[in-house]
Amino acid sequence: MLIIAGMGVHDVKDMSIKAFESAKTADRVYVEFYTSIPNSKLEDIEKTLGRRVYLLNRSDLEENSEKIIKEAKIKDIVILVPGDPMVATTHSTLKLEAKKLGVDVRVIHSSSISSAVCVTGLQFYRFGKTATVSYPYSGIISKYPVDVVKQNWKINAHTLLLLDLHPKPMRIPEAIDYLFKAGMEDWYAVALGDVGGSNYMKCDMLSKLRDFNPPGLHSLIVLARTLHIVEYECLIEFASAPKEIKEIVV
Amino acid sequence: MSRAKKLVDKIKELMWKPEKIRNMGIVAHIDHGKTTLSDNLLAGAGMISEELAGKQLYLDFDEQEKERGITINAANVSMVHEYKGNEYLINLIDTPGHVDFGGDVTRAMRAVDGVIVVVDAVEGVMPQTETVLRQALRENVKPVLFVNKVDRLIRELELTPEQMQEKLMKVIHEVNKLIKAMKPEKYDEWKLDVSVGKVAFGSALYKWAVSVPSMKNTGIGFKQVYEYIKNDNVKELSKKSPLHEVVLDMVVKHLPSPIDAQKERIKTIWKGDINSPEGKAMVNCDPNGPVALMITKIIVDPHAGEVAVGRLFSGTLKPGMELYIVDRKTKNRIQTVGLFMGPKRVEVPEIPAGNIVAVVGLRDVIAGSTCSTKEDFEPFESIKHISEPVVTMAIEAKNPRDLPKLIEVLRQVAKEDPTLHITLNEETGEHLISGMGELHLEVVVEKIRRDKGLEVVTSPPIVVFRETVTTTSPVVEGKSPNKHNRFYIVVEPCPEEVIRLFKEGEVDMKMDKKERRRLLEEAGLSKEEAAGIQEFYEGNVFCDVTKGIQYLHETMELILEGFREAMKAGPLAREPVYGVKVKLVDCKLHEDAVHRGPAQIIPAVRSAIFAAMLQANPTLLEPYQKIFVTVPQDMLGNVTREIQGRRGQILEMNTEGDMVTIVAKAPVKEMFGFAGDIRSATAGKAMWSVEHAGFEPVPANLLEEFIMEVRKRKGLKLEIPKPEDFVG
Repeated sequence: MLIIAGMGVHDVKDMSIKAFESAKTADRVYVEFYTSIPNSKLEDIEKTLGRRVYLLNRSDLEENSEKIIKEAKIKDIVILVPGDPMVATTHSTLKLEAKKLGVDVRVIHSSSISSAVCVTGLQFYRFGKTATVSYPYSGIISKYPVDVVKQNWKINAHTLLLLDLHPKPMRIPEAIDYLFKAGMEDWYAVALGDVGGSNYMKCDMLSKLRDFNPPGLHSLIVLARTLHIVEYECLIEFASAPKEIKEIVV
Repeated sequence: MSRAKKLVDKIKELMWKPEKIRNMGIVAHIDHGKTTLSDNLLAGAGMISEELAGKQLYLDFDEQEKERGITINAANVSMVHEYKGNEYLINLIDTPGHVDFGGDVTRAMRAVDGVIVVVDAVEGVMPQTETVLRQALRENVKPVLFVNKVDRLIRELELTPEQMQEKLMKVIHEVNKLIKAMKPEKYDEWKLDVSVGKVAFGSALYKWAVSVPSMKNTGIGFKQVYEYIKNDNVKELSKKSPLHEVVLDMVVKHLPSPIDAQKERIKTIWKGDINSPEGKAMVNCDPNGPVALMITKIIVDPHAGEVAVGRLFSGTLKPGMELYIVDRKTKNRIQTVGLFMGPKRVEVPEIPAGNIVAVVGLRDVIAGSTCSTKEDFEPFESIKHISEPVVTMAIEAKNPRDLPKLIEVLRQVAKEDPTLHITLNEETGEHLISGMGELHLEVVVEKIRRDKGLEVVTSPPIVVFRETVTTTSPVVEGKSPNKHNRFYIVVEPCPEEVIRLFKEGEVDMKMDKKERRRLLEEAGLSKEEAAGIQEFYEGNVFCDVTKGIQYLHETMELILEGFREAMKAGPLAREPVYGVKVKLVDCKLHEDAVHRGPAQIIPAVRSAIFAAMLQANPTLLEPYQKIFVTVPQDMLGNVTREIQGRRGQILEMNTEGDMVTIVAKAPVKEMFGFAGDIRSATAGKAMWSVEHAGFEPVPANLLEEFIMEVRKRKGLKLEIPKPEDFVG
């Protein structure tokens, strides 16, 4: 059986007991760090689980996935994935392929950045589509994140923007530069760092968030056109939002 | 004051008087003696010791040039000559004669205004004489003739004075025939007229020469020449009628100064507006105009590093000056400027228009670059090379630790010689050098060994095939590794005319869209293909015929990157692809940009193209050469056997007297080692030359063998790939 288990949003200890137990008893345990980078190194994970864990790279799970799936045909294999495994769209193809090869798959969920951002006090119900700010390729900056923010504004929703991880995790200042270059309008946003750990948060206009650069992985929420009163109170309280933000509370 | 110092001072003075300058080259068939001529001209002008010249091959200062006894790199020298009481500055470029070094010859022709054509009196006009003369005339460079090795007529052929004159007139007539055929409009002006002194006869080695004007001055005519040689007294002959006097007099009198030459030549070699300020400055050879410098060669000096050598058509060069490298869209600052004396570069404070210059500091130039003080200067027309690289060898450092040095050295040699292509096989980590022939590459490798002091190991030379398709493929689906992106691709042969339009610059991606569409439709693309053309790459095109796919435009560059990768190394044997039209008919993209990055899109497109090519009857194309062989009639059979044994095809046979000239065509692959084999088959009596003749499909019965040969060499699996290997 192939068990795809989430490790949770921050570090290996965010893993559920279910995931922990399956990893303890499996024939072999793999981990991947390419859909996100947890705050645990391979050694930390091995120490927590008390066993050897093998690192997979992108191609092991994409073009060469057949090898692992075939292994899971005769053995119990656990693949540890940062966050919640099914949030990373790429793992849905793994399920499809396992199905095709007649291998059973079990998914063990865990906490994810997509829900953890609600630590800001922004309401889960009020988020629209998510997008990633990616690095430009030969000078071409993707307009997709900006388009998504605009679509979400139309339904008055917040936008969670994830930041590209490769070749190195993108930081907020750089992400804001790319957004402006792609035609983003200046608006209120919450910059986040080390979500699930120290939870650094700062709410302000995008143009004023360019010096936000705490440790840990970064993400960014572009706010909807209006805020609910409780969202406002939380942002003032937890994310040092400027007073003027009151204007957009309805 | 030392002699050398005096000479430098004279050169410094004369470079300011363009009417007293002659920029000239010497061209000839291999071994007809042009380097010996150069050396003895230099010696006569006091640039090197007279005793040494001739033995020393001064211009052949490359160690390996001396050893091979042939000249490889066009080197530059300046010398002073007195004619009728006036001193003249003669800038001389020596050029190689072997067909493999054609690029150097063509480039040198840009820098000079006149040439001495050297022809061996015994052998007469040879194929290479014709080639180099054609190159000179095409660049509007005026010729004079030096008939060399005249003593051989007397000593070896034992001709009488009358027979000798007859033979010499025949040589002149042959050269004139060529000029008439190649440049009919200039023939009256440029024909080689013995009576006015446009022809000199002599021996470069024994340092004597005569011409009609010299005979009048010295009283030494053919009769006297005959006597001196018969009596074995050439030393006195060379004192009474010295080579350099006669030949350099001819140069000064009959080759044009930059002032006269630039009036005529600028319109041939420059496509800008002749009436613009820079156009006028060049036509007038104006030292106060904007700088117009054409780089013809890069040499590497152990002290100064890379030195750019070129012809300054207008303006004045000074250290500290900033020049735009127009073709490379960048700016460099000049560190020093100088002239050449043999291998020595002499730095001077400034150099005006009309000279051949050596510049340090132009680190971004390559041979062929245009430099100017004007940013929007129209570049000199790219020099047309006669041949495309067709032969490759792998090269590696003997000591793996020298790899960084190898990379640097390869970068340098590629800069010095733009006909050389350097590529890195990223899979094997092997560096490949590709050039115009077997000898061309051998010489480059020797240069790396000797000049750059790097021990290298090379593979035997191999030809570079091209992969192509002969039919239309079905629609093939290519998936990205994460499977979230899908590309639907069709490949088919690209119409020849489309390739020609792009290659010759009649169509490009910057031109008006409507006009491009019209031209491409006429050339054989469908309406949708012509409208959706995205790129022309190395003889292949990519067309997007999809409609309304969101975010396709921001993914297109990655798709094209996948296309280029596929075209660089095709599916059959990872050889370059040629003549293929790739069509994107549909695609599905992941909405989020991070899931359609380079690692996803490039392999998806590449493998779809590969799988499609494999379903479109792929084949290999191989380079061909045209071969011209002249032999005595009785050896005809030996030659035809030699050619037919190499998959060659005889195209023509022309008999002239007791000699016969065979024109044939054969694959380059079979031509390796031809030099040695033809020599032994004809007891050294064959005179031959080759010319590149494009690509043709390999015979069907040899296709698999050739594919496997290449795959084996590259360490690929020894089976022909199947579409399933690329799309699962």
